[in-house]
Amino acid sequence: MSSEWPLWEIFIRGQHGLNHRHVGSLHAPDAEMAVKHARDVYTRRNEGVSIWVVPSAAITASSPSDKGPLFEPSNSKVYRHPTFFDIPEDVGKM
Amino acid sequence: MYAQMVKSEATNEDPAKLAAFQARIDAGEKIEPKEWMPEGYRKTLIRQIGQHAHSEIVGQLPEGNWITRAPTLERKAILLAKVQDEAGHGLYLYCAAETLGVSRDELTEALLSGKMKYSSIFNYPTLNWADIGAVGWLVDGAAIMNQVPLQRTSFGPYSRAMIRICKEESFHQRQGYDIMMKMAKGTPEQKAMAQDALNRFWYPSLMMFGPSDKDSVHSAQSMAWKIKINTNDELRQKFVDQTVPQAEYLGLTIPDPDLRWNEEKGGYDFSEPDWSEFFEVIKGNGPCNAERMEARQKAWDDGAWFREGLMAHARKRSAAKVAAE
Ligand SMILES: [Fe+2]
Ligand SMILES: [Fe+2]
Repeated sequence: MSSEWPLWEIFIRGQHGLNHRHVGSLHAPDAEMAVKHARDVYTRRNEGVSIWVVPSAAITASSPSDKGPLFEPSNSKVYRHPTFFDIPEDVGKM
Repeated sequence: MYAQMVKSEATNEDPAKLAAFQARIDAGEKIEPKEWMPEGYRKTLIRQIGQHAHSEIVGQLPEGNWITRAPTLERKAILLAKVQDEAGHGLYLYCAAETLGVSRDELTEALLSGKMKYSSIFNYPTLNWADIGAVGWLVDGAAIMNQVPLQRTSFGPYSRAMIRICKEESFHQRQGYDIMMKMAKGTPEQKAMAQDALNRFWYPSLMMFGPSDKDSVHSAQSMAWKIKINTNDELRQKFVDQTVPQAEYLGLTIPDPDLRWNEEKGGYDFSEPDWSEFFEVIKGNGPCNAERMEARQKAWDDGAWFREGLMAHARKRSAAKVAAE
């Protein structure tokens, strides 16, 4: 059986109040070691206050060929942005 | 450079798909792992990123050689941190290569079997403490020259790895130059050591950029794909222009009698390194090739029980967890 350690995706919260952000991946035998490795590989310069590790195999990604059907519908819905509406200046801040 | 003379792979695929792919690159879009890409693009990148990763890892050896002998505790802590960064650089890059469908073990085995290369520079010895200064100043300096433009490379994971690496790299060059400043301002013997280190590392540093590739078809393809941004000669020239004043500040002499400022081109004229030496080193006949590969092989073999042991432990624990549920 292969002894190659599985791959983990690493997410780091950079500062209090921010989301965890994907920073990269690494190999580790289990979740506990993945956290330890992530500390050494991705936070050597105070880059984080919290680490999430997720087995890469557990991630389901949208397929690049679905880019059109998934994201194009929102292109035409410009009214979702506040700038779509002209509000007279007299009304004041809105 | 850290990836020298990477041959591009020929591609014979649907011309319409190739044209659409090239258009995306020309528009400055990033290519992500799951998206369609020409086989040649994928294979060339695996070779280039893999070689770059191997260089970061093997590059720890000449410097690691001096960790236990650093002159002060502070220098030791700094060198340790620098070498640890290089391990990190190797890991970022291996992960980027793995997104292209090659496994970590395959990459390691290709290095150990000699199928994949690492930069020629790491086959030179670090004989004394001044060499550690010269390596940081010149070798990391040359690496930065190459890595900064690669932040704009077309392959997303490679570009992101380069951005992380570049953030960490200038500390490396500065700590090397700091060592050189100390030595150059020290006793006459210390200054002589600094000059000797510069003498030995100058031409091997120029070789890092690889032989002139202005007529190379491989480079032309790689540049079209934006996995290479500048020609080797462009980068070498930039490196020389940047480094000469730094040497002057140290009061050291670049070991090149033909080095002189060329007003017309706005850069220095300088002597080419001995390319036959470069090709010998690449072939495996450099001063430390055998030693470096032995060290990598030993680390891989000696670590086998550890890698397997932790994996067995992880399997046992997850089995016990499943049984308990
Ligand atoms: Fe590095
Ligand atoms: Fe470095």
